Amino acid sequence: MTLSLEPRTDAPRWLSPALTVAAFIFALALSAVIIALVGGDPIRSYLHILGAAFGSVGVISDTLVKATPLILTGLACSLAFRMRLWNIGAEGQFLLGAWGASAVVLAPILPAGTPAIVVIPVMMLAGALAGGLWGFIPGILRARLGVSEIIVTLMLNYVALSWIQFWVFGPWSEGGFQQTDAFPREAWLPRLTDFATAVPGLGGLTVHLGLIFGIVCAAIMWVALERTRWGYEIRLIGDSPAAARYAGIDIKKKIVIVFVISGALAGLGGMSEVSGVVHRLQDHISPGYGFTAIIIAYLARFGPFRVVIASILFGALILAGREIQPQGIPAMIQGVILFSLILADVLVRYRIRFERRLATA
Amino acid sequence: MDLTNVLAAGVASGTVLLFAAIGEIFAERAGVLNLGVEGMMLLGAVAGFATGVATGDPWLGVLVAMLAGGLLSMIHAVMTISLRADQVVSGLALTFLGTGLARVLGEGVSSARNTALIPQVTVPILSDIPIIGDIFFTEQRAVVYIGYLLVPLAWYWINRTRPGLHLRAVGEYPAAADAQGIGVYRLRYLYVFIGGMLAGLAGATITLAISPGWFGDQTVNGRGWIAIGLVIFAQWSPLRAAFGALLFGAILRFIIDIQGVPSILAFANPFLAGRSSTFFLEMLPYLLVILAVVIGSREAARKRIGAPAALGRPFVRGERGT
Repeated sequence: MTLSLEPRTDAPRWLSPALTVAAFIFALALSAVIIALVGGDPIRSYLHILGAAFGSVGVISDTLVKATPLILTGLACSLAFRMRLWNIGAEGQFLLGAWGASAVVLAPILPAGTPAIVVIPVMMLAGALAGGLWGFIPGILRARLGVSEIIVTLMLNYVALSWIQFWVFGPWSEGGFQQTDAFPREAWLPRLTDFATAVPGLGGLTVHLGLIFGIVCAAIMWVALERTRWGYEIRLIGDSPAAARYAGIDIKKKIVIVFVISGALAGLGGMSEVSGVVHRLQDHISPGYGFTAIIIAYLARFGPFRVVIASILFGALILAGREIQPQGIPAMIQGVILFSLILADVLVRYRIRFERRLATA
Repeated sequence: MDLTNVLAAGVASGTVLLFAAIGEIFAERAGVLNLGVEGMMLLGAVAGFATGVATGDPWLGVLVAMLAGGLLSMIHAVMTISLRADQVVSGLALTFLGTGLARVLGEGVSSARNTALIPQVTVPILSDIPIIGDIFFTEQRAVVYIGYLLVPLAWYWINRTRPGLHLRAVGEYPAAADAQGIGVYRLRYLYVFIGGMLAGLAGATITLAISPGWFGDQTVNGRGWIAIGLVIFAQWSPLRAAFGALLFGAILRFIIDIQGVPSILAFANPFLAGRSSTFFLEMLPYLLVILAVVIGSREAARKRIGAPAALGRPFVRGERGT
């Protein structure tokens, strides 16, 4: 028996989305088997995730809070991956964005008492700038020197974490604790619960304005990619670099720009997390959002709106996964999902045939 | 802080990077980029340690770790060699999966601390050489010596033997290799497996020799990625990889040691444990890896030697081209 792959020339349009969904379900089934093998109860685990993530308005709000940083980092990865740039550094760009936004309040860049209408936009700008700078480094090294962006972005993740820790344990430490002072109210993104006095039903709902950032960014990215010349060029570089070069596109310049925008998106995600959820800087603000974002970008096939939906699914997994034992299960499920998606990709591109090996000379 | 002791510890810590980097060199020389090193090392680390704790035999732990790393790498092999999936994505997925599996298996292992470790060995005669003997041949863990042997062996295998020639052909020009009757798929599977085994060995070297114990994801803490960076720095040569591994092993060790010294040359040590400036020290190796990769890429471009030509590309039998 030997296996042969025949390229499909006539893959129907429904095949790719159908296989993506099938891959997701397959991954959950496979993970269930693994959970059972290590002595867990898969059905209870999944029911628990479902209940803990979507069981009531309150937990749906919590799920959306978890989805918010995933949307922005997921968009960051999708944009870079669309051009076949391997930005594995959304995690570090997210952290730098959180740091940049915090600096506005803690350095402080703006004096205390500045109204929210000024503080929030400046924080957004600072977060995006810091994240963009963290994306610029691998971008310029790749474009100018041909250095692998995979290694650089990964290494910068570790550097970013140490950088955050320095500020959290050192200059900005709150009395020696591993966190900074809480931000003043002017630096908080508005949450639904803040309007509970006017609309009582909103009490306790912690969804914040960052979710809107994510959705707006997704919309802008969709328009930019699908409806502008700039987006067309990026898609062309991703699909066929040789054709793009032939068409006279300045690929090196695009590499730097896309990396900066990608970093800025992740940085905005970091800003939205410190300003909307944590309200201070601390070293454990991300349970690996930037890495989950890689899988989200894949599940969404780099489509901006699909990133939003995939982020909500993974938000649920992260939210509910915290209580699942053993602790490594959510990380493992993510790996299984990614492999299933790769398999689905293979099935979209090729028809797989098992042939009996013929006697060859 | 006795300098020879520090360097000896650096050599030991470099052994971890050495195993992982040479494993990755084998896989990449065959044309398969495997970004799953971090995941394979973690799985090897926990499998080796758990076996060591359960049986009291560290060598059995090493064996199980190598098998675990090798088996995990086979997922990547099937995906990229047989199914022609993208090597970058599949490798990342392997790291996710390996990390998750290691954490699941590591549940409950963390509390069991004490186990027999890989023995320390002092080599007679060689250890009497001044300085060098103290650094390289005195009371090192037995795996460190395996590392010394592996470097020339890997170099000789790749550059001076017939199977090594086949390995290079498969990574540089698989179509020609195939025409010569060399089994491209078979060899790629083999070297990905060897890469996985060496990554598993690297993991077990951490938990059963260099810094014993299982500490979750922190056990490997990015050393798998550093090893991949070293391969670029080393330009796919085992000898240069050995140099890089020793250098970074010493750096990783140095940043631990310097935190325990109250003063340096009569100045108060700014990096004393507990001070926030130690975080600059901790980012140092990662920044230096970036520098090393930049240097490696520059030099490779200047000398017109680069990655194996077919690295990252699936081989399709009967299709022309690289």
